[in-house]
Amino acid sequence: MTHPPYLSPGYGSTVLRAPSQPPVAFKADPDAIELTSPVFGHQEVGALDADLTRQHDGEPIGERIIVTGRVLDAGGRPVRDSLIELWQANSAGRYAHAGDQHPAPLDPNFTGGGRCLTDADGRYRFVTIKPGAYPWRNHPNAWRPAHLHFSVFGQAFTQRLITQMYFPGDPLMALDPIYQSIPDESARQRLISSYAHDVTEPEWALGYTFDIVLGRTPVEPS
Amino acid sequence: MTTPSQTIGPFYSHALPYPHDWELVPGTHPEAITLSGTVRDGAGEPVPDALLEIWLGDTGDRGALLRGDGQVSGFGRCATRPDGGYRFRLARPAGPYLSMQVFARGLLRSVLTRVYLEDRPDPFLDGLDPDRRATLIATGPAGDHRFDVRLQGEGETVFLDF
Repeated sequence: MTHPPYLSPGYGSTVLRAPSQPPVAFKADPDAIELTSPVFGHQEVGALDADLTRQHDGEPIGERIIVTGRVLDAGGRPVRDSLIELWQANSAGRYAHAGDQHPAPLDPNFTGGGRCLTDADGRYRFVTIKPGAYPWRNHPNAWRPAHLHFSVFGQAFTQRLITQMYFPGDPLMALDPIYQSIPDESARQRLISSYAHDVTEPEWALGYTFDIVLGRTPVEPS
Repeated sequence: MTTPSQTIGPFYSHALPYPHDWELVPGTHPEAITLSGTVRDGAGEPVPDALLEIWLGDTGDRGALLRGDGQVSGFGRCATRPDGGYRFRLARPAGPYLSMQVFARGLLRSVLTRVYLEDRPDPFLDGLDPDRRATLIATGPAGDHRFDVRLQGEGETVFLDF
């Protein structure tokens, strides 16, 4: 099974929010609006929106990184002109969100939100800083591994995906009930980015690659 | 080799909401209707940190992110308020329903549902358990529709799996 079950008691917030009834299987009607997706125009997403290090007057503190990859459908075809949104904590592990009370510093030069559209090859590319790990109150001494949040639209509303990308070698993944909610080991591995020396830019930024494969739609050819 | 889903988490509001995201049409639109409601959990408590998206099936001329001067968009997004409430302004969809997706802390995968503006014979609705059918039908006066989402428990909303 690829996706985590809704009810994953190790992640306490699922206990009262997981639906108790299984979803109703929908027999595919090719006219169902869920099989289409909003279209995002290039005028809606600026070229600078994909560089989270250039949204303020100064440079954010932290390890500058490039994160790139492709969005593919279940058949391995590129998903073009598709919106990707990315958000994250700063390098100290603090979100620019009023509700985040972690006593780590905010960075006046880092908000932590970006967007881009995939190109004709399904490729996206963000420049940002590596987020820090941060504590949460799920269980005693709970820490989230460093992660980037990704939101992807794809070509059908049924393919809509929000997920999290992790960094290779992070010891906190083994202890994290959100990451571990995915039952299958090989599926969990697909959320870990790869260090990519060919993406790394000399004397500038470390490179990571992360491909995203969307679910099959009911009318998609296999 | 599908990429697994993970929760949206509690801290997305610095990144995902955008100006006029809940307004698929401007307030001056002659056919504007509203859709509002409350998201509740299994204890019946409001969910103050959910993100709702609606999709009407037609991109329209207003843009999904950049609302511009056009009149109609087919996509909208609304983060719930501290009382679990949400609100959209839209033009009536061409078909009998609109698609709604809910993301929240504690939802490791989004839930997808349908909002029918009227209770009429419909192949999908008619196939549901009669006790649960009502969870997909908006209430309230025409033009000011109300649709509550119950994630779990009594009156649990029907969610769809394609």
